[in-house]
Amino acid sequence: MSQVLSPLPGTFYVKPSPEAKPYKAKGDMVAVGDVIGLVEVMKTFIEVKSEKAGTFREYVADDACPVSAGQPVASLEF
Amino acid sequence: MPIQRLFIANRGEIAVRIVKAAKELGITTIQAHSDADKDMLAVRMADEALSIGPAAAKDSYLNVDRVVEAAKASGADAVHPGYGFLAENAGFAKAVTEAGMIFVGPAASTIERMGDKVAARQAAEAAGVPVVPGSKGRIETVDEAAEIAQAVGYPVMIKASAGGGGRGIRIASNEVELRELAPMAQAEAKAAFGDGGLYLERAVASPRHIEVQIVGDGNQAVHFYERECSLQRRRQKVWEEAGADCLDEATRDKLCQTAVALAEAVNYRGAGTLEYLYDPGANEFYFIEMNTRIQVEHPVTEMVTGFDLVKEMIRVCGGEPLSVSQDQIKRSGHAIEVRLNAEDPFMQFLPFPGKVERLKLPEGDGIRVDHFMYEGYQIPPFYDSLIGKLIVHGRDRADAIAKMSRALNSLEIDGLKTTVPLHKALARDADVAADAFHTQWLEPWLDAGNLSSEQM
Repeated sequence: MSQVLSPLPGTFYVKPSPEAKPYKAKGDMVAVGDVIGLVEVMKTFIEVKSEKAGTFREYVADDACPVSAGQPVASLEF
Repeated sequence: MPIQRLFIANRGEIAVRIVKAAKELGITTIQAHSDADKDMLAVRMADEALSIGPAAAKDSYLNVDRVVEAAKASGADAVHPGYGFLAENAGFAKAVTEAGMIFVGPAASTIERMGDKVAARQAAEAAGVPVVPGSKGRIETVDEAAEIAQAVGYPVMIKASAGGGGRGIRIASNEVELRELAPMAQAEAKAAFGDGGLYLERAVASPRHIEVQIVGDGNQAVHFYERECSLQRRRQKVWEEAGADCLDEATRDKLCQTAVALAEAVNYRGAGTLEYLYDPGANEFYFIEMNTRIQVEHPVTEMVTGFDLVKEMIRVCGGEPLSVSQDQIKRSGHAIEVRLNAEDPFMQFLPFPGKVERLKLPEGDGIRVDHFMYEGYQIPPFYDSLIGKLIVHGRDRADAIAKMSRALNSLEIDGLKTTVPLHKALARDADVAADAFHTQWLEPWLDAGNLSSEQM
């Protein structure tokens, strides 16, 4: 198992807009560089990308909630 | 009755500024804060502080009901909205007034009127203020837009009638582009503002952004001269000056007179700014919009005129007449402000919400720093990246730039990445020294690699 970490502190989002579907769902394939979520930091949206390839397991941070830098936001399986 | 208990519905450096001004007027200050802002400087400085909700701005600083409820619960008789957040929200101004408190700003109806670009433009034209050639009113259809664009002349800017902050603006060079872009602008305006109304105006090539500071008491208005704010990145000002050396005296007079005429025509109360595009080639200026609040860059005006605009707006909103007449307002020397943002200018201005480890601020005659930092302060990631403003006042423009360079060199903020390197580079740039720039200058200058870490 591997975790995707937030690169910055801010507010984490699992989807690109309130109406959209989450970027990933359980069982989805994840490639290196795939966008997993967004972090809103000082009114700027930064994409959270996976540094590993694998199968998406779950989000471990809640949508639209504060996260700190280095906090796990999602987990992957291999 | 004058204001006795002022509730400050904002954060950051402007909250500090308002607390200071109110204290000097003998007013008790009550600072609103989100859960993420418990440690901010304004909370420490204010007489009282009150939580208004969780970190997310939409649940705290942008939540009308919560802010009004907290203000009432605190026993405040007035609410200062600062800038941003709810400062130009007519519904908020109305809710504050209906709850029996004074809104430190213009009447809700004035905010509403001047916040609508079409209505503001009509008010400007009626007061004799020149406007950019454009549509007379709202445009609802693409065919209508094409017809008007033909008459106005390409290139044209397509804007959302209800928009603000430069959002949703598109430029069409010909009818084909217009027919492609107008529906997109309409959809975006509808999504963002719930109003798909558009308006069109001619795009002025390489314009300068010039604005006039006014304060009104509901009957009379005075101006505090102009500011030059053309150095912008992503439509955000980064460096602001007072005055605009590119204007001749006759043009400056005309510009400031028209601003007062418009402010008086709408019975303006409080501090406000009229923004203009200035076409240096043609020596023409055009009104673009009015900001019905105190602005980030107000200190440069205070430096050259010697007046405290925040105190003045609190006094007139408390019911007093203007404390100053136009002939008492003189300008002297030249002032420059740079915005200090917690961003890494060498990494595409990536936000950097770090902890202030060590802070050394420049001091001296004609140097002012408006900020909300202290050593050990953790900048929260949830809000704007502005952490402060460095302002200098010199004999003339060249002296002010030299003073800005020296002040930047003695400014030390450890623990954060900031935009200080950008300002250092601007302060030694030949075009900046020659006052040869416009609103489209800074971004190409950055793209051309004028800011590189090796130079620093």
